[in-house]
Amino acid sequence: MANSILVLAEQVRGELADITFEMLGAGRNLAQESGLPLYAALFGSQAAPLAPKLGVADKVFVVDTPRLDIAPASTVAAALKALMDQAGVDLVLLGCTNISLGVGSILAAKAGLPLVNFCRAAKVEGGAVSCTSQLFGGKILADVKLMDGRGIVSIYPGAFPPDAGRSDKTPTVEKADLLVEAPNVVFKQYVEPETGDVDITKQNVLVGVGRGIQTQDNVRMAEDLAQALGGAVCASRPVIDQGWLPLSRQVGKSGMTVKPRVYLALGISGAPEHWEGMQNSQCIIAVNTDAKAPVFDGSHYGFVGDALELLPVLTEKVKARKN
Amino acid sequence: MNVYVLLKMVPDTVEELNVAADGKSLDSEFLRFKLNDPDEHALEQALILKEKHGGTVTVLALDAPEVDDVLYTALAKGADRAVKIPINQASLGTVAAAKVLANFFSSSARITTDALLLPGSYAIDDLEGELAPLLAAALSLPYVGVVCGVTPVDGKVVVMKELGGGLRAEFEVALPAVLGIQSAEKPPRYVPVAKVRAVMKSAKIEQVDITAPDRQIQLEVERLYKPEAAGRAEMLDGTSEEVADKLVEVLAKTGVI
Repeated sequence: MANSILVLAEQVRGELADITFEMLGAGRNLAQESGLPLYAALFGSQAAPLAPKLGVADKVFVVDTPRLDIAPASTVAAALKALMDQAGVDLVLLGCTNISLGVGSILAAKAGLPLVNFCRAAKVEGGAVSCTSQLFGGKILADVKLMDGRGIVSIYPGAFPPDAGRSDKTPTVEKADLLVEAPNVVFKQYVEPETGDVDITKQNVLVGVGRGIQTQDNVRMAEDLAQALGGAVCASRPVIDQGWLPLSRQVGKSGMTVKPRVYLALGISGAPEHWEGMQNSQCIIAVNTDAKAPVFDGSHYGFVGDALELLPVLTEKVKARKN
Repeated sequence: MNVYVLLKMVPDTVEELNVAADGKSLDSEFLRFKLNDPDEHALEQALILKEKHGGTVTVLALDAPEVDDVLYTALAKGADRAVKIPINQASLGTVAAAKVLANFFSSSARITTDALLLPGSYAIDDLEGELAPLLAAALSLPYVGVVCGVTPVDGKVVVMKELGGGLRAEFEVALPAVLGIQSAEKPPRYVPVAKVRAVMKSAKIEQVDITAPDRQIQLEVERLYKPEAAGRAEMLDGTSEEVADKLVEVLAKTGVI
């Protein structure tokens, strides 16, 4: 089994991301099952004030250097490797997020340890750590084992409850002196989210469209329904990539996280990247021609059928009901 | 600019995926393959760069079902060269695949100072990690992932990375470099089948032999299975008319109408 467990806390511009607490909760479980200490690592010049929030960890290592502010994956991986060596860590949890993408792969290569990607569940079994990963857009799960409990685990957002990673306890904080290499890519600037005409994070009702909407013209049908419901249209990545709706309407990993009262998922398969952005909607209604689409697994109501056929009928009935 | 696009075939998830009798792999009988989505965008981004700034585009893939069609399609879209490494992609995990591709670049293709290696940002079967960072690490090249824009400036590139929540960041990257492409500046172009057929007659896919690494899989899968529905939706049946009536009731219950 490993010697200790380390969570790489994730923060952007001095704000901790939810995944940090999800990982701390997952890490605390593993620590309890194995009797190992749980550490957290906070990187960057804005990191130190965040340390008290990581009370679930037994100890927080702060590496306070601007070189780790929005740093490339190779720089973060090198710093993590140095910290692993210094603190005797050989099981690392990091986020399967855009921010941390690539860090785990490079760290695994540097440390000569395996990486488990897309992890949704993890438990200690004897000296091993058993992980469940989601593959093929969430359609298949794979059980894998880190035989000696050592490795890098990339935790999928939304898979572990964040509340288990929050605590009022004050953790021990240690400033780690590491030689951090100069980044080999240069950060220029942040580009703020496009504001667009509508803020989809503030809508009561969202009509989400995916690949199944087929054409730009059909998006109008979804807009009609959204208008009748007093909400707005949003979309999964394929629709945005086609340029049928602006970036400000994207829901998912790269786009917005939304929590409307009602989310209609029309022609959306429910790939994990999209699900991540809308899973906390109060009522999810899914319409898809594929009865086995993962979207039906987490939705509240489902209809196996053609969203294009349903849309005009539903719009008319909603209008009639409101009148 | 010398752009290499690394293409990977993945199971088409529009089709039903079944687990084979061994319980550890996908049943290959009805499996259909397609180009990994982000790789399709990587190819489009490469073609856009060539059109705007000149240079060459080489597409590169390991052997996989239907990969020849994908390589010919890339040529028909405007790629200059297509190279296939005759090692079965399915037998390699991402770590070993990255080693093979790194070997290709160190043995058969000199990485010039204006080279840009463009894999997709990730693939849906990346259990062991992503190709782009592994390749960058093996070749000691700079890497940025989740890239949605690439602009050459003074012998370097300025790239846009998606951070999440709609927030993006711009980085300046010296060449040669590896960029994991998430989405191209424009949707991937369409090429008529007739053009692909014509290219199949006139162009050739080059084969380059690379030795496969001894260790092909880093992580042994113990069990592969379909997820059990945690909370299956209450399914509505009927014609569109009947379902719409039921949905209006659901919507009314939530208070939005």
